[in-house]
Amino acid sequence: MVKFNRFTLDNGLRVIVNEDKATPMAVLNILYDVGARDEDPGQTGFAHLFEHLMFGGSVNIPSYDEPLQRVGGENNAFTSNDITNYYITLPAVNLETAFWLESDRMLSLAFSEKSLEVQRNVVMEEFKQRYLNQPYGDVWLNLRPMVYKTHPYRWATIGKELSHIENAQIGDVKAFFKKHYNPQNAIMVVGGDVDTEQVKMLAEKWFGPIPAGEKYHRNLPQELPQHEERRATITAKVPLNSIYIAFQMADRMSEAYYITDLMSDILSRGNSSRLYKTLIKEKQIFSEVHAYMTGSLDTGMFVIDGRPLPGISIETAEAAIWEELEKLKAEPVPVDELTKVKNKTESTMVFSEISLLDNAMNIAYFELLGDAELLNTEPARYLAITAQQVQQQARAMLVKENSSTLIYLAE
Amino acid sequence: MLNRITPPEFKPIEHISLLAPGHVKLSNDCNLFWFTSGDQELVRIEWIFNNLSFDPDKPLLNTAVNTMLNDGTHTMSAAQIADTVDYYGAFLQVDYGFEQSQVTLFTLNKHLHSTLPVIHDILTNSAFPERELQTYIRNQQQKLQVSLQKNDFVARRTYNREVFGNTIYGLKPEPADYAKLQQADLVAHFKQMYQPANCTILVAGKVDDDILKTITNLFDKGWANNSIAQTAQTEQLSSGNLFTLIEKPDALQSAIRMGAVSVPRTHPDYPALQVVNTILGGYFGSRLMNNIREDKGYTYGIGSATVSMKDFGALFIATEVGADVTRLTMIEIEKEINLLKTVPVSHEELSLVKNYMLGSLLGSLENVISHADKFKNVYFWGLNFEYYDYYTEVVRNITAADIISYANKYFDFDKMTKVVVGKY
Repeated sequence: MVKFNRFTLDNGLRVIVNEDKATPMAVLNILYDVGARDEDPGQTGFAHLFEHLMFGGSVNIPSYDEPLQRVGGENNAFTSNDITNYYITLPAVNLETAFWLESDRMLSLAFSEKSLEVQRNVVMEEFKQRYLNQPYGDVWLNLRPMVYKTHPYRWATIGKELSHIENAQIGDVKAFFKKHYNPQNAIMVVGGDVDTEQVKMLAEKWFGPIPAGEKYHRNLPQELPQHEERRATITAKVPLNSIYIAFQMADRMSEAYYITDLMSDILSRGNSSRLYKTLIKEKQIFSEVHAYMTGSLDTGMFVIDGRPLPGISIETAEAAIWEELEKLKAEPVPVDELTKVKNKTESTMVFSEISLLDNAMNIAYFELLGDAELLNTEPARYLAITAQQVQQQARAMLVKENSSTLIYLAE
Repeated sequence: MLNRITPPEFKPIEHISLLAPGHVKLSNDCNLFWFTSGDQELVRIEWIFNNLSFDPDKPLLNTAVNTMLNDGTHTMSAAQIADTVDYYGAFLQVDYGFEQSQVTLFTLNKHLHSTLPVIHDILTNSAFPERELQTYIRNQQQKLQVSLQKNDFVARRTYNREVFGNTIYGLKPEPADYAKLQQADLVAHFKQMYQPANCTILVAGKVDDDILKTITNLFDKGWANNSIAQTAQTEQLSSGNLFTLIEKPDALQSAIRMGAVSVPRTHPDYPALQVVNTILGGYFGSRLMNNIREDKGYTYGIGSATVSMKDFGALFIATEVGADVTRLTMIEIEKEINLLKTVPVSHEELSLVKNYMLGSLLGSLENVISHADKFKNVYFWGLNFEYYDYYTEVVRNITAADIISYANKYFDFDKMTKVVVGKY
């Protein structure tokens, strides 16, 4: 159970406070309701590039990192296909510094040409390091466009290609800021050794004067249900053959999301999971095999990937995965097995509650979903799921017509 | 009108207060420490063992025995172990380090009675079944094949071997080394290493008398020694070769790693060395980051670090840079090291680094588990929490002149071992 208080400023900024006196630290987390899905198809990777630029100085403060480090703080940020999230942790006695820094960059950036030029290069190196210069690094660049034909999830957060980042101009940066970075599109969570009254005073002082800006109304082309099997094979400089099977899955708010989450645990969470026990240990077909989902706000991806052992053909490997999927469809999950994955979900949530930063990020994310209080009703949603629901969901989702299979063959 | 230009006033960190652990030495010579705090009904329990002395002919025994601890005992199969742990929502982890290996259990308190006996069985009764061993060998060989395609992985292991030689610190396994693993060797290694006198148990979470009793009931009387574990490690045996290039003609980026052997945490210079390291490459605002990422855009990230083994230390710099700027990066690294040795750091930069270091020490104290981690960082060096007072003292009082002298004492670019994987 995570406790918090909340209020909203006149300019629309939502503020949630998670008091936790067990630590001498404070955390300030700001979630902006913008991700790679909000990008123009001709300018992909922009939300993430923009995140880098948020550290290039704001209108009144030339350096973001330096004054924060001076008061003993640290910060970081991440961009996903759905959101951009920034956080600071610092000694609670210096909380006001975090308000000063974050409010100034919500007010306006410095928009420096030098910063844009450097961050373009940094992001291009990140692109190379993570996606191009690694075996299988380009898997998401290849798989996403197979699963998505219309939705902007068809590109990865890093972007479709290096040239999109290379061509970013300062005018684009300014327009993006105006459109997405304002109090109405943000959720702020303050946690740790803080008082709600003190946070209210600081929020009014630093964020209160920021103009509300325009509310961004999202209107994205939604992905249509898939009705045909999709396949691709790539011959690449990789050490081993590899297989990826992706299924379209339900959006974050639907009940099917929770069912699918438990299904992925049944298949792949821990050494007691089905794929591990059957395909790695018993049948000895794979050296590694995993099932997971992207957890996207709109239509997501449920993915199974594996690397077959030497002497095992891709066809045998693929058939072995399908055999496990068919079992989920043919028989209800035994009671003990379902209890097991529910127990694991429960304990994972309890363990995450001891982390100040996890709490702050989770509160912000659930507020984005509609209400921070949803965080505390999550366990009940998982507990309510029945074996029949898992079976039905498997039958509906785990079919060839809903699958995209990508195979890497070692050169 | 709100003044947004002047930073708000701030307070420097004066003092760090750490939770003192409870301690008891069990009758089998196992040391048990516990840290209690927090509202959540959970615990993390760690069983930490010193690795056995390294045998160059059987280099993988320490790591294989540790990794295979959850692969079956004489009473439970690997599947039964996993089923039990997962059913109770617990997490069982095995971790291998240069000098210690450990087993970690995360569990809700209400399930401790069900999860703890599994660990007891693993630590007293592991069997290393032949079939599991063959699976382990095959899968590790495959994983290694993938990792060997990653430049940073190759740079790290090549560097470690050059600097630390054929010791536990310079481990550089080939697929053939995995094939040499024998069940009998694993069993013998296990029996010698996983004994109570070679074990420290650390408990962190909401710990009460009941929980302690549950632990001691199983791990005191029910756990006996059979011999003395031989745990001394050979110190580093550097090859003396200062530059290694592994060419990858198609590389988009080169992985660079360089560094030298240095002093351990027990040495009085260690905290000062950490300050020098932080300025150079130990935080986001460091000189290497500012120059090579933020000014030149050569890389997504560059950093330097100091590490401490029990009897010696090491410092290194690591990055992955655009293949065409590999040489330019080396030149800039050398420049930054020489600047540290010749030009006094400004008051502004030094005070920033001091505050940052003390803040991150405080910031690492998020919950009860982090207090146990702080303890681990001193206990295995024969130090206690007073070390952090000393550390705080050194960081607070170090001067620009000190920085120059420590930089000259410990950083010599020409004598550093350098490894480049990619293009040069």
